[in-house]
Amino acid sequence: MNAANLALDAHGKPLPLSERGPASTWSMISFGFWLFLLSDIVIFSALFATYAVLSKATAGGPSGSDIFDLKNVFIETCCLLASSFTCGLMLIAAERRELQKFYLWAAVTWVLGACFIGLEVTEFSDLVARGFGPTHSAFLSAFFTLVGTHGCHVSSGLLWLLVMTAQVATLGLRTTVIRRLFCFSLFWHALDLVWIGVFTIVYLGSVHAA
Amino acid sequence: MLGKLTWAAIPFNQPIPLVTSIVMVCGILAILALITLKGWWPYLWNEWFASTDHKRIGVMYVALGLVMLIRGFADALMMRAQLALAQGGATGFLPPEHYDQIFSAHGTIMIFFVAMPFVIGLMNFVVPLQLGVRDVAFPVLNSVSFWLTASGVLLVNLSLFIGEFAKTGWLAYPPLSELAYSPGVGVDYYLWSLQISGLGTLLAGINFTTTILKMRTFGMSYMRMPIFCWTALASNLLIVAAFPILTATFALLLLDRYAGFHFFTDNLGGNAVMYINLIWCWGHPEVYILILPCFGVFSEVIATFSGKPLFGYHSMVVATMAICVLSFLVWLHHFFTMGASADVNGFFGVMTMIIAVPTGVKVFNWLFTMYGGSIRFTVPIYWTIGFMVTFTLGGLTGVLLSIPPADFVLHNSLFLIAHFHNVIIGGVVFGFMAGYNYWFPKAFGFTLDETLGKVIFWCWFIGFYLAFMPLYALGLMGATRRMQHYADPSWQPYMIAAFCGAALIFAGIGLMVVQLAWSIRTRERRRDLTGDPWNGRTLEWGTASPPPSWNFSVEPHVHGIDAFWAVKTKNKELHKVAESRYEADHKPHYETIHMPKRSGTGFVSAFFAVFLGFGLIWHIWWLVIVAVICCIGVLLRQAWDTDRDLYITAEELEDFDRRHPSLGAQL
Amino acid sequence: MQHNDEIEDDGSTNPQSYLGGLALAIILTLASFGAATTHLVWGPGLPILLAVLAIAQMGVHLVFFMHVNATEEGENTALALGFGIFIVFLVVFGSIVIMNNLSNTMPTMDQLMKMQR
Repeated sequence: MNAANLALDAHGKPLPLSERGPASTWSMISFGFWLFLLSDIVIFSALFATYAVLSKATAGGPSGSDIFDLKNVFIETCCLLASSFTCGLMLIAAERRELQKFYLWAAVTWVLGACFIGLEVTEFSDLVARGFGPTHSAFLSAFFTLVGTHGCHVSSGLLWLLVMTAQVATLGLRTTVIRRLFCFSLFWHALDLVWIGVFTIVYLGSVHAA
Repeated sequence: MLGKLTWAAIPFNQPIPLVTSIVMVCGILAILALITLKGWWPYLWNEWFASTDHKRIGVMYVALGLVMLIRGFADALMMRAQLALAQGGATGFLPPEHYDQIFSAHGTIMIFFVAMPFVIGLMNFVVPLQLGVRDVAFPVLNSVSFWLTASGVLLVNLSLFIGEFAKTGWLAYPPLSELAYSPGVGVDYYLWSLQISGLGTLLAGINFTTTILKMRTFGMSYMRMPIFCWTALASNLLIVAAFPILTATFALLLLDRYAGFHFFTDNLGGNAVMYINLIWCWGHPEVYILILPCFGVFSEVIATFSGKPLFGYHSMVVATMAICVLSFLVWLHHFFTMGASADVNGFFGVMTMIIAVPTGVKVFNWLFTMYGGSIRFTVPIYWTIGFMVTFTLGGLTGVLLSIPPADFVLHNSLFLIAHFHNVIIGGVVFGFMAGYNYWFPKAFGFTLDETLGKVIFWCWFIGFYLAFMPLYALGLMGATRRMQHYADPSWQPYMIAAFCGAALIFAGIGLMVVQLAWSIRTRERRRDLTGDPWNGRTLEWGTASPPPSWNFSVEPHVHGIDAFWAVKTKNKELHKVAESRYEADHKPHYETIHMPKRSGTGFVSAFFAVFLGFGLIWHIWWLVIVAVICCIGVLLRQAWDTDRDLYITAEELEDFDRRHPSLGAQL
Repeated sequence: MQHNDEIEDDGSTNPQSYLGGLALAIILTLASFGAATTHLVWGPGLPILLAVLAIAQMGVHLVFFMHVNATEEGENTALALGFGIFIVFLVVFGSIVIMNNLSNTMPTMDQLMKMQR
C-alpha cells in the first residue's frame, strides 16, 4: 500500500493532506508524542502559576534572592543546553545508522544530564541542611516543587536514555527503536525548553525582585 | 509492616457500609465463582480483558459506567432519603461524618466513574468506525487507559470497606482536605484513585486527538468528518489541555499531605484559594469534556431520525471549536464569592454568558434539522427532545448564576445543585442514553426493546423534574448544599417530593437492567441483519452488526459529508469509486491487512497500579516500591515486545463479506 | 493500518540545524545571565528583557532542535503547539491576575485564622 499514488485526485492535482487517508506510523507517533509533551508543559504551567503566586509567601523566611546561587545555575544551564545539542547529534547518528557515534553521543548526553542532576541535588540538599527545606514556607514549597519536578523529569529522561541504549544494543537500530529515540530527543529538548522558563523566572527573576 | 492499616479500618461499627460491603464482596465472589465454573476465563481474557479492539474497550467503559451508576445513585437515594426525614428534631439515619462521605463519593463517582466512562466509551466505540479506519492510533495505550480507569474504580470501592472516603465534597477543597483537618485516609483514597484514573483519561485524550487528526479514511477531509467526530476532537483536545492541571493540583495537595509542604495550608504562607483557582481551571473544561460528545450524539441522532442532513454543518463545527476555546475563559464563575473585585467577577460573568451563544447556535441548528424532516419517534429521539427541553432550562439557570450579584445569593445553595444536575442529567445522561440506544444494535447485533426504552425515558424525565425542580425552590428559600439536617419545616414537603423523584429515577435505572436482560432474551425478534437498523447516514452503519474486529474489509473512500448516505442513495456523481482499487466486476479488491494483537499490558499495569495506590494510601512503603518496580517491568516488557502484529488474510476478509451480504460490502 | 514505515525526513538528519540552534541559544543565555547579574540594563526594563530573551530562546529550541516548521506535515503539530501556548498563558497569567486581585480584596490566611480564634 503506497500512499504516493493516492496523493493525486482524479484530475492529477495533488490532494490536500487531510484527504490522503490515514497518516504514516511515524507521523502518528510523532504527533501523539507532541501532544504528550504539551500535556506535560501544561503541568509545568500550573507549577509556574503556583510559584508566581506563592513566591512572596516567605512566612518570615528567606526569599529567592537570599538563597539562590546564580553561578551554579549558569553551570547547570550550560550542561543542559550542551546535552540538548549532543542529543541532536545522537539522533542524527541513529538515523544514519552510525552505531559507534550513537553510543558516543548518547554517553556524552547522559553524562551532561547527570551533571545537571548532581548540581541540582547538591543545591537542594544544601538548602535543606541550612534549614530552608520545602516544609518551611509556601515559597520554598513552590520552589522545590517546580525545580524538583523538572529535575524528576530530567532523571526519568536519564533512565529512559539508559533503556534506549539497551534497546539499541539488543534490538539494533530498527525503525521502532529510532522512532523511540526521536521521541526521547523531543522530550529532552522540551526539558531544556522548560529549563529556560525556570532559570529566567525563578532564578534570574529573583535578582530583579531584590 | 502494613503502614497505617489495622483491623480498625473495617467499619464493623457502621451498619450501612458494613452491610453494603458484605453484599458487594459476596456478589463479586459469586460472579468470579460463576465465571470459573463455566470456564469463561480464557474467553474473557482473550476477547475482552486483553483486547486492543476499540469496540470491545468502548463496551467495557460503558459497562463500568453502568455498574458505577448504581453505586453513585445509591448514594443519591440515601441523601434524598436523609433529607426527606431530617427536619427539626429528627436526625435521619445518616450521621454527619457518614453523610459527608456519601455526598463526596456521589459527586466523585458520578463525574469521574460514570459520566467520563460513558462518554469515553461512546467515543471509543464510534469514532474509528465513523472515520472509516480500523482502530485508534495507539490500541495498546487504549487498553491501558481503560484499565487505569478501572483501577481508580476499584480503589474508590475499596474505600467503602477498608478505611473511609473523603468528607470534603467531590473537589476536596483545602484547608479541610489538608492533613491537619482530614488526618484519615479518605482524602488519600480520593486523590490517588483520581490520579491513577486521570492518567488513563489523559492518555485516552492523546490517543483520540491523534486518531481524529491523523487517521481518517481516504477523502475524509476535516469538513467531511461526521459531526460526532468533531465534538470528540474538541472534547479530547480539552482533555489533553485540562487534565494535566488536575494532575498538578492534586500533586501539590498530596505533597502538602505526605511531605509537609505548604501550598494550601492555613499557615506558613499557604494559599487555599490557589487550589480553588487551579482546580476550577480544570473543572470548567471538564464539564465541556462531558457535554461536547453528547452534543455530537444528538447531532447524529437528529439527522438520522429526521431523514435530513444536519442543518448548518459548518456553523456546528465553528460553534464546537468556539466552545472548546471559550471553556477555558470562564472558570472563575465557580468562585465568584471568593473575594475577587467587581471587575474580575464581571469579566468572567460576561464570558460565561458569551459561551451560551455557540450552544444556542447548536440548539437552533438541531431545531432547523428537525424542521421539514419526517421524524421517527424512536427511543433516541425521545432522549433528544427531553435533552433539548431540559438542557435549555438548565442552561438558562446557568446564565442566571453567571450574574455575580445573583450568584452571591445562590452560590452553594440547592439552586446551584439543581442547576448543574439539570445540565449534567439533561445533557450528559440523556445524551449517553440516546447514544446507548442508538449504537447498541451496532455493538451487539440486535436493538433494545423499544417499549421498555420509552418507559425508562419517562421514568428518568419525570423523575428528574420531580427531584430537582423542588431544589430550585429550596435554593431560593435559603437551603444550602451538603447539609445533613435542617430546621425549617416548610422545606420538608419539597424534600419529600425530591425523594419521590429520585425513587422514580431509580425505577428507571432498574428498568434499564430489565431492558438489557429482556432484550438479550428476546434478541432474535430484533436482529439487525443489514447493519443499518435506523437508515443511518455515517460510515459505521455500513459495517456488519457487530462489525468484525477489522471494521472495514476495504478502506472506504469518501467524497462528502454523510458518506454512507451518499453510497446508499446511489448518487452516481458522488459514488465515483476509485477505479484503481476495484476489479471489473465490482468485487472489492481484498488485501491482507494487519491489526494489533491482543495485549495484557493494560490489565497488568493497572493491576500493579491498584497496589501502588493502596500502598500509598495506607503508607505501606515496601508495597509502593514493589508496585513501582513491577510497573516499570511492564513498561520494559512492552518496549521489548517485537511481535505485535496480527495478519488477516484477503481470504478471511472475503469470506466474512460473503457471509454478511449487507450494504457494507459496497462501501 | 500503517501505510508507510519509513523514517520521515523532517530535517533532523543534518547537524546544521543543531549547530545554529546551539550558537543562538548560547548567545541568548549569556545575554540573560549578563543582563540580570551585571547592572547594564535599566532596572524596570529587566523583566521584559528577560521575558523576550526567554521566549526567543524557546523559539530557537522549537525551530532548530525540535524542528517545528510550516510544512503541510507539520501543520497539526504547529496548531497543537499554538493551542498549548494559549493554555499556558491562560493558566499562568489568569492565575496571577486572579490571585493578585483576591489578595487585594481579601485578608491573608494568617489574618483569617486569627479571626477564627
